Amino acid sequence: MVLQLMTERWTGEVSAVTIGAAAKDGGTRAYSIKIGGEKSLPCLFKEGTLPNKPQVAFEVFDVAPNDWPNEVLKPYGKSVNDPLEWAQMCVQDFKARSLCIRLLGAHPDFGNKSSEEEAQLIKKLLEKVSVPLIILGSGDDAKDNLLLPAISEAAKGECCLIGPAVQDNYKTIVAAALADGHCVIAESPIDVNIAKQLNILISDMGLPLERVVINPTIGALGYGLEYAYSIMERARLAALSGDKTLASPFICFVGQEAWRAKESKIETLPEQGIIWEVLTATALIQAGADLLIMRHPKAIEKVNRYIDNLMTNDRTQSSK
Amino acid sequence: MFIIGELINGMYANIARAIKERDKSEVQKCALEQIENGADALDINCGAASKQPHIDMSWLVETVQEVTDKPLSLDSSKIQVIEAGLKAAKNKTIINSVTADSEKLDNIIPLAKEYNSQLIGITISKKGIPQNKDQRLELAATIVGACIEKSFPVDSLFLDPIVLPVNVAQAQLKDILESIRDFKIISDPPPKTTLGLSNVSQGTNARSLINRTFLVMAVAYGLDSAILDPKDKELMDALITAELILNKNIYCESYLNAYRRK
Repeated sequence: MVLQLMTERWTGEVSAVTIGAAAKDGGTRAYSIKIGGEKSLPCLFKEGTLPNKPQVAFEVFDVAPNDWPNEVLKPYGKSVNDPLEWAQMCVQDFKARSLCIRLLGAHPDFGNKSSEEEAQLIKKLLEKVSVPLIILGSGDDAKDNLLLPAISEAAKGECCLIGPAVQDNYKTIVAAALADGHCVIAESPIDVNIAKQLNILISDMGLPLERVVINPTIGALGYGLEYAYSIMERARLAALSGDKTLASPFICFVGQEAWRAKESKIETLPEQGIIWEVLTATALIQAGADLLIMRHPKAIEKVNRYIDNLMTNDRTQSSK
Repeated sequence: MFIIGELINGMYANIARAIKERDKSEVQKCALEQIENGADALDINCGAASKQPHIDMSWLVETVQEVTDKPLSLDSSKIQVIEAGLKAAKNKTIINSVTADSEKLDNIIPLAKEYNSQLIGITISKKGIPQNKDQRLELAATIVGACIEKSFPVDSLFLDPIVLPVNVAQAQLKDILESIRDFKIISDPPPKTTLGLSNVSQGTNARSLINRTFLVMAVAYGLDSAILDPKDKELMDALITAELILNKNIYCESYLNAYRRK
C-alpha cells in the first residue's frame, strides 16, 4: 500500500529580507544575506519552498560584556576589550557570515558613550569587516533615540538590520532606517498581538514590510522556550494563511537567553552552556527562526552544521 | 468572508439612470467604491425596469471590467441575460442564480461549465419558498445532486438559503441560520454558502442594525460569503469583528484597519 502524505497548501508567504548591500547595491559589503521567503512551515520541505537557510550571526559588544560567563568569553580572549579586534576575530578565525554589534557602551549605566563616538566605531567596523551587520542600540529608549539615527547615518547605504523598534518607541528608528536604506528589528514581548500591531505601525510610516524582521522575544531551554515556540508558530501560521502584517522573518537572540540560564554558568560543567545554546537554537529553527544571534563559536559551528544537514538532506530527498 | 458588493443594481436610482443614459462613470465609480470598502466580487443586476436586460447586462459587464478584474456576479433569473453577461465577461464570473428546478438546472449548469463560472444555487423552486429547514435542505440536495451528476465542481457552488424579511417570516430566520450549517453536510467537498443579506431588513425601519446583527449570526453558523453593501461601515466592522472572534484573524489594536489593508 502506498503511503499518501497529507500536505497543506498555503496562500501566503513570509517576506524575504536582504541584509547587507554589496557594491552593486550601493554598499561596501562583500555579499548580502537573505532570510525568510518561506512558503511552508519550518522543515516541511514537501509542502512549499524554504528558499533561504537560517543564518547565524556572531554577537559582538562595543565594550567588554559584564555578564558573560567565563566559558563564552574564553574563546575570544583579550579581544573582547576591543570591538574591532573582536569582530575581525569572528570573521577571520570563526568564519562569521554576519555580525551583530550591540552598542551597550552607550547606555547611561554602562559607559554612556556619545552617539558620535559610536558612529565613528560603526564606520571603522564597516571598514575592518565586510560581512553584513546587525546593529543594536544600548537598550535605553531615550539614548537610543539619539544614538540610532547617528548610527543609521554612519552606515548609510549598507542595508544593515537595526533595532530594536518597540511599540512605545519606533518612530525615530523607522524614520532613520527609511532615510538611510536599512531594515528594522520590530521587537514585541512574546506577544503575537503586539507583534502584529507594531508591524502595522511601522508600515504606516512607509517602511515596506519587506524591510522588517520580527524579534518575537524568546526564552532559552527551560526558560519559556515552548511559549516562544508557540507564539512563533501562531504568527507563522497566520503569515502562511495570508496575513501580511505577520509575514516577517524572525530574529532570535539565542546567545543572550541561553547564557543567562543558570545551567550555562556551572563552572564544573563547562560544556553545558554550549549545549544549552545549541539546543535553544535548534529548537527555534524548528519554530521558524530565520536569523539567530549567538555567542559561543563552538555552539555556532554545531548549529551551522545542523542547518547544513537539515537543508541539504531534505533537498536531496525531495528531488528523488 | 467572500464579499459580493450589491450596489450595481438597476433598482437603485443612480444605476437605473446610468444604464438609461449609458453613463459609464457612475457605474465605474460605484464599482471602485465597493472594492475600496472590501468587496471581493461585484453583483451586476440591470433591474426589473430594464426593457432590454441582455443588452444592458453586456454593457454593465463591459463597463465594470474596464476598471477592475474582480469577479462579477451576473444577477438575473433569465438565462438569456446571464448568457449575455458571460459572453461579455473577461473577468471571472459567478452565475446568480439557479433555482432547484430541473429544467433550470439542466440549462444553467452546462452554461456554468462552458464558461468556467461559479454558480449560486437558491433553495427555491416552482412550488415556492420552502417553509422549513427540511424543505430547504431537500432543495439544496437537489442542486448539489444535479451538479455532481453533471460533473460541475461542488466547491464552485454557493448555496443561498434565501433570506426572508424579519417582518414577514420572523419564525423562519432561525431555520435559515441552521440551514447554513446543514448545507455543509450534503457533500464532501462541501458546497459554499452565501446569502443576499439586505432582504432580512426589507421594509423595516432599522435596516442597518438588522443587517449586521443577522450577518454576525450567520458568520457564526459558518457562512462563507454574502451579497451586501460594503459601504455600510458598521456592517463591515461587525463582520470583521465576528471573524476575529471566530479566530480567523489575529487580534491587534488596529485589527479593523489591518483587515482592510489585506
